[in-house]
Amino acid sequence: MKKTLWAVPAVLTLMLASACAPADDKSDDTDKASGDCAVESLALQTSGKLTVATDDPAYEPWFADNDPSNGKGFESAVTYAIAEEMGFDASDVVWTKVPFNTSYQPGEKAFDFDINQISITKERREAVDFSEPYYTAAQAIIVKADSKFAKATSLADFEDAQLGAQIGTTSLKAIGQVGAAKDALVYDDTTKAAAAFENGNIDGFVADLPSAFYLTAVELDNAVIVGQFAPETGEPEQFGLLLEKGSKLTGCVDKAIKTLKDNGELAKIEAKWLSESANAPVLK
Amino acid sequence: MINEQSTVSARQLERLAYRRKRTIRRASVGALSTLLVFALLTWVVVNAPGWSRVQATFFNANHAKDSLPFIWDAFWLNIRLFMVTELLVLPLALLIAVVRVVPSPAMLPFKILAAAYTDIFRGTPTLLVVLLIGFGLPALRLAGIPTSLFWLGVIALTLSYGAYVAEALRAGILSVHPTQWASGRALGMSYGQTLRKLILPQAVRRVMPPLINDFVSLQKDTALLSTIGLVEALRAASVYQAETFNFTSLAVAALFFIALTVPIARVTDWMSLRAMRRQVGG
Repeated sequence: MKKTLWAVPAVLTLMLASACAPADDKSDDTDKASGDCAVESLALQTSGKLTVATDDPAYEPWFADNDPSNGKGFESAVTYAIAEEMGFDASDVVWTKVPFNTSYQPGEKAFDFDINQISITKERREAVDFSEPYYTAAQAIIVKADSKFAKATSLADFEDAQLGAQIGTTSLKAIGQVGAAKDALVYDDTTKAAAAFENGNIDGFVADLPSAFYLTAVELDNAVIVGQFAPETGEPEQFGLLLEKGSKLTGCVDKAIKTLKDNGELAKIEAKWLSESANAPVLK
Repeated sequence: MINEQSTVSARQLERLAYRRKRTIRRASVGALSTLLVFALLTWVVVNAPGWSRVQATFFNANHAKDSLPFIWDAFWLNIRLFMVTELLVLPLALLIAVVRVVPSPAMLPFKILAAAYTDIFRGTPTLLVVLLIGFGLPALRLAGIPTSLFWLGVIALTLSYGAYVAEALRAGILSVHPTQWASGRALGMSYGQTLRKLILPQAVRRVMPPLINDFVSLQKDTALLSTIGLVEALRAASVYQAETFNFTSLAVAALFFIALTVPIARVTDWMSLRAMRRQVGG
């Protein structure tokens, strides 16, 4: 659904967590919100409030129970972590609804930022601002719930599986990491790969995790995400917060995301909501 | 028999000299014309404003070398596909063609079916047949229907090409003069014998060029099976292209197909020429 763009120049991800995180400083609230990024000096929609947009309905595992404000689900958790990092209280976060397709259109925005699995692409960058990516898509393997591969716990378990993926995707490149003996089957688009999966021509369908969530929830019957793994090559899809073009907020949001990356908080949120509670263990 | 060496008349010598001169003149005019036209074409292409870009994206030697092994491996699949398909197409097409021409009224339901088959499969784009068979047939989950993509692809191409080849054969059969039927029957052959021994050999010989034409076309259409997931030459080339953003691999795949079809085209030319000589000579 949220379309992948492969020709996008890779946005630098500074995922390297510092070897030893600094000891948690209890009085770092002032530190976080210092300088230009203090809450009072931010150019907000409503002063003192952080107005955050997402689509309605908000789907799992990005949100939970269609309620962005409960702090559950990956993107809800990320939003509250960023808000806290920027110096807001959880109660200062105000949610608003913006359909996905209109979010990246040019023009004035009625939100401070939009969080809605929006891929960072060059075309969209012409019209809007993007924050640092808060998520880099992992690759997922989808299998039939009743197949022997549904019990796989490692990439090596797919040795005799027939895998398939869409042409020109990071998923297709990442199939090499799985180490299946048979050559992968290659499809023009996800629909055809899904049809082949339903027909049993492929045992395992490799797609990026966000697409896999959508596919298993909506498109495919009797299909489960058996696990996920990080692609070693290619330019994986990255999600960023969307802000109005030229927003003065972008720099401050970036700073918060960088901090969350450096202190490992973002990785923890991802592990919690996109792996553990989403039933998509990381395959070794 | 005349044994002594015959003397060549002056007039004959003149004739021979003229013919020699004419041959040389024709050859040099042909060579010059070819050279000129090809030089002009090359000049136009090479001096096109985008030529350096086209050269870099479509005819890059390094990319050609890198993609060659993938495409070579995958091309073997194309060869197997069209070999198997052709072997199935010929009997199917022959059956359909014969059913459509036999006059027996009892065959009417089969004639209707055969006509419907040719109409439907000649009227449907081959790509559509491939998609319908490739994704639709296994979805039926009927026992006995193959789920292997190779065989699904072979079935789709056989159905599509069976219709074309059947029509070519039918045209061949109808082109044999009716008196040939009468002759066979008059010689005491049964209807089937007349068909087998008299009509079909003549019919097939006449439609050999169109049959080979369909065969060449079939070779190229094996590339359509990439849509159902088979990694044949075209798909291997596009995978390489998608990874490198360079189209050279597609040009390499094209060369493979050309290398296969050109010899067959030359054989067809030779066969038509031979048939013509025989008919004229006979």
